[in-house]
Amino acid sequence: MPVFTLQINGKEYKTDVAADTPLLWVLRDHLGLVGTKYGCGVAQCGACTVHLDGNPVRSCSLPVSAVKTTAKVTTIEGLSKNGDHPLQIAWDELDVPQCGYCQAGQIMSAAALLKRNPKPTVQQIEDAMHGNICRCSAYHRIREAIISASKKM
Amino acid sequence: MSTLNKASRRDFIKITSLTGGGLVLGFGLFGNEATPGILNSTAFADLNFNSYLSIATDGTITILSPNPELGQNVMTSFPMIVADELDADWNKVKVLQAPLDKKFENQYTGGSRAIPNSWKNLRKAGATARQMLVVAAAKKWNVDASECTTEKSFVLHAKTANKLSYGELADEAAKLPVPTDVSLKNRKDFKLIGTSIKNVANKDIVTGKGMFGLDFYREGMVFAMLQRPPAFGTKIKSVDDAGAKAMPGIIDVVTYKNNVAVIGKSTWEIMKARKVLKVEYEKDGNIESTADHNQLFISLMNSDKAQPGRKDGDVESAFKNAAKVITSEYQCPFLPHNAMEPMNFFADVKADSVELVGPTQNPGSARGQVAKLLNIPEDKITVTITRLGGGFGRRLNADFAIEAAEVSNLIKKPVKLIWSREDDMGGGIYRPAVRYRFDAALDKDGNMIGYKLRGVGINAGGSVRANNFPSGSVENLLIDSVNYQSPITTGPWRAPITNFLAYAEQSFIDEVAWAVGKDPVQFRLDLLQKAKTKPVGTIGYDINRMETVIKTAAERAGWGKKKDVSQGFSAYYSHSSYVAQVAEVIMKDGKPVVKKIYAVSDCGEVVNKSGALQQVMGAITDGYGHAMFGKLSFKDGKPEQTNFNQYRLIRMKEIPEIDAHFIDNGLDPTGLGEPALPPTGGAVANAIFKATGIRLKQQPFIDEKLFNPA
Repeated sequence: MPVFTLQINGKEYKTDVAADTPLLWVLRDHLGLVGTKYGCGVAQCGACTVHLDGNPVRSCSLPVSAVKTTAKVTTIEGLSKNGDHPLQIAWDELDVPQCGYCQAGQIMSAAALLKRNPKPTVQQIEDAMHGNICRCSAYHRIREAIISASKKM
Repeated sequence: MSTLNKASRRDFIKITSLTGGGLVLGFGLFGNEATPGILNSTAFADLNFNSYLSIATDGTITILSPNPELGQNVMTSFPMIVADELDADWNKVKVLQAPLDKKFENQYTGGSRAIPNSWKNLRKAGATARQMLVVAAAKKWNVDASECTTEKSFVLHAKTANKLSYGELADEAAKLPVPTDVSLKNRKDFKLIGTSIKNVANKDIVTGKGMFGLDFYREGMVFAMLQRPPAFGTKIKSVDDAGAKAMPGIIDVVTYKNNVAVIGKSTWEIMKARKVLKVEYEKDGNIESTADHNQLFISLMNSDKAQPGRKDGDVESAFKNAAKVITSEYQCPFLPHNAMEPMNFFADVKADSVELVGPTQNPGSARGQVAKLLNIPEDKITVTITRLGGGFGRRLNADFAIEAAEVSNLIKKPVKLIWSREDDMGGGIYRPAVRYRFDAALDKDGNMIGYKLRGVGINAGGSVRANNFPSGSVENLLIDSVNYQSPITTGPWRAPITNFLAYAEQSFIDEVAWAVGKDPVQFRLDLLQKAKTKPVGTIGYDINRMETVIKTAAERAGWGKKKDVSQGFSAYYSHSSYVAQVAEVIMKDGKPVVKKIYAVSDCGEVVNKSGALQQVMGAITDGYGHAMFGKLSFKDGKPEQTNFNQYRLIRMKEIPEIDAHFIDNGLDPTGLGEPALPPTGGAVANAIFKATGIRLKQQPFIDEKLFNPA
């Protein structure tokens, strides 16, 4: 199997897996980065969202071979050094999580939004978050937390 | 102040002390005599899990949370209750998930029972520890204990200005005899209960710490997935696993019972290998389609073999003498639970012991069934409960834990068994499909003199609730149900049965009210008044509490006073709680849009305001989303939707605004994880009727013509 070199959260990793292995399973099974979640495997629920050079991607449907050696991958573990990204703070302050399983993906989608559009409208938030399912339906607070974080950014 | 009597005290508490580590209290109906003693370890893991609450000399208070946490927030609300009675500094409280232990009672998450079951014991635990700390301080200062007060993990004596922390007192307190009676707080003195306390797991969740079952990895473990029969009513005819076995990373492929287990070194490798399995299936029972179920509903609706639910008065005469009869039928489809974390479990089966780790709502059931399957005594089986990525009732069934144990036993290795999303959505244990027929007999003044309800369910068991509203308010009443056994498996789904029954019933009540020209809210209140003044038979709900939520919801929503929105009403009693809702609909581009839902809940004492709001808002959005979009249909025994590209779940831009209010009556807490869901479908359907004149009688609503104009 080929060896892939990845830049994840500012660190270099090498992994020896089949070329079609989705980035999600490389992160989880091979690199011990379990914050990125498996929800559907078909890019429909957003639980596996990570950043590739700052853009949100569904890691369940991204083969590791499609990730360039120079590309910067950011996962929830690397979103901030001390868990203090404005979204992470807002998520805690507004007490967003219920079961919590989808929240890493929600935060990563929201973080990508705020990076390209620090002051989104409610409509823009809802559009950007349309690919993220929360089965507990914590949507009201997710939306509120994004608004709250955007005000502080 | 309420006081515990001596008899119950004796079985109540066990106290030990950590060497150099402070006070450890065990509580919770273990039947153990109070026995002060010393433990030779400061590590919690080494303690007997009798120990529920410990106070270390550095002031850290550790509280074990026995019930599985799936988003109902019990891991925060349980310790809040203990800490309040203890007058603990919340910032010094640490919470740990307890593993399965027989010493805990009711160690499951289901039926919205966690808080109601444990409320009193949690309070007693905190109050007992507090009293011992007070006595220890009083002794030290040589003052009367009754002169001491407590605040934020300190015992204070105002007269002498003495002050000692719980940490400083923990060792002394541990040596004291257990008090023979203990006072609980008056609710006006609650400091934590009733406030908003943030989820104790927030920080771990938002930073991606591994805490769910799927996040569990152990050195040397292997990964497994099962190929189960893709259609209900079929079994394996032949298996060609040569291709799968030859795939990279595959350790073994084992066929057992009706499953082919693919075992390998990583998740992706077993996912790929499973795809090249060649398995033929043959008929092993009824192979059913949704069209067959629709036929069954019609024929069984007139079956003479119904299971009786309740009979009051002379129903036949009431209908014969009625001035008007209204009949209506409502139907709902099967629903998968779709917890975001697909089913999974870890099992390590050894010759004489089993270790189970994973997300389960019912660890005791997992252990019991694995014990039976492998013929290993229960006390040789441990169950570690991880956080659950949602449950919604699906994880009350322990099938996936049993699968993990069975595969581990077959290959003699530690195994993490994983369901794909397709397995999860296609694998059964669904909310059953049900159809209801309601008949109302009305006299010339529009009074309901007769009422009939029949439920027909596909593996629904008893699909009716005999003693719920309007039972008790109608003189002549007949409730029964017919159940059809299907190979399609079913199980509890958030607010079992009532998740649909409430919508059907509350829609029908609305139909009847409109038919007799009465205001739907007043019509309900009139029925309740009748149940109060001339009660008929057993009444399973508290009439006054029901009235209060109805009136409060109508008032908060400005019922009947708004011109720019169409309102629909609904109220339901479930899991010992009362929830009334008003949905508001506007028309946009010829289609109804739900803008807002008002909810008034009576769940007794609200423990955690923030968590309670989450449960109500989540349950309403869940109930609305599934009423609107949820549908699992079958063709030749196979589910036609197996992933989120075919199955629609509600998303952020589709949620209505929610105004959630709680009745503050100080009664002991009742359920809240489920009760706000059942009324939602009815409130929405009734508002849509008001807006359009169209009565929605089937879920999902989105399939109705109204939403799909040609």
